[in-house]
Amino acid sequence: MIDWVVFSVAALATLSGGLGVVLSTHPVHAALMLVMTLFSVAVLFVAQNAHFLAAVQVIVYAGAIVVLFLFVIMLLGVDRSEDVRTERLKGQRPVAVVAGLTVLVAVLVLARSEWVSGARSSAGSLGDGTENVEILARSLFTRYLLAFEITSVLLVIAVVGAVILVRRSGDAPDTGVGIET
Amino acid sequence: MRVPGAWYLALAAALFTIGAIGLLVRRNVLVMFMCVELMLNAVNLTFVTFARMLDDVGGQTAVFFVLVVAAAEVVVGLGIIVSIFRRRSGATADDISLLKG
Repeated sequence: MIDWVVFSVAALATLSGGLGVVLSTHPVHAALMLVMTLFSVAVLFVAQNAHFLAAVQVIVYAGAIVVLFLFVIMLLGVDRSEDVRTERLKGQRPVAVVAGLTVLVAVLVLARSEWVSGARSSAGSLGDGTENVEILARSLFTRYLLAFEITSVLLVIAVVGAVILVRRSGDAPDTGVGIET
Repeated sequence: MRVPGAWYLALAAALFTIGAIGLLVRRNVLVMFMCVELMLNAVNLTFVTFARMLDDVGGQTAVFFVLVVAAAEVVVGLGIIVSIFRRRSGATADDISLLKG
């Protein structure tokens, strides 16, 4: 019973947050709606015993990524409302909505017969009473160790790329103080 | 009584659809980027649900990697957006539809 209550409240918050992101004309409002969606997805993670991922979801997504979004909005001053009424490409919006809903209906119809199939617990069992963090860490540092190490390379590349992208060409590279606009 | 995984999967499909429609409809680059995040979250939710349904930790590991890639993607994407907005203010996706600068 309590599971259903948690699920329906979180699902409602997820969907309304998603709709809020799409429908709100102001980018800051969209970012705040995104926080609501991310937080309720974290609640759904907790409801499915993915405790570590729920914590990471709140810290990384709601904490870091949305703050980055808000920071860029603030830095660029693009917090003007968008005129959502004008349509540059004629008939693009109805086509987009129809295409999206078609995909949704197709997924739901295709999944009606069998929601999940495949081998049970080939990478490690979740239900043997061990803590979720321990199971995840054991999997991450044994079976997926190479992928885990490669993600560190990916993060380094992303940081270097961001620095190179944002740095003005022709700037002296050592002017770290004082952001000019 | 636990909620069956099918409900979670249907919710994730709906969230993915909302994100996809938003990506197609909106013209503000930042909001389009947020819609990409919505789609990534929908996929994460399906991964966690499948992990629970199959009693397999592999799905949760996949979500971990998706989180890392999403963080890297946001950093690079926002860097690109900042450098675009420096050239021209108030740019939407329509204003930067040409591939030449």
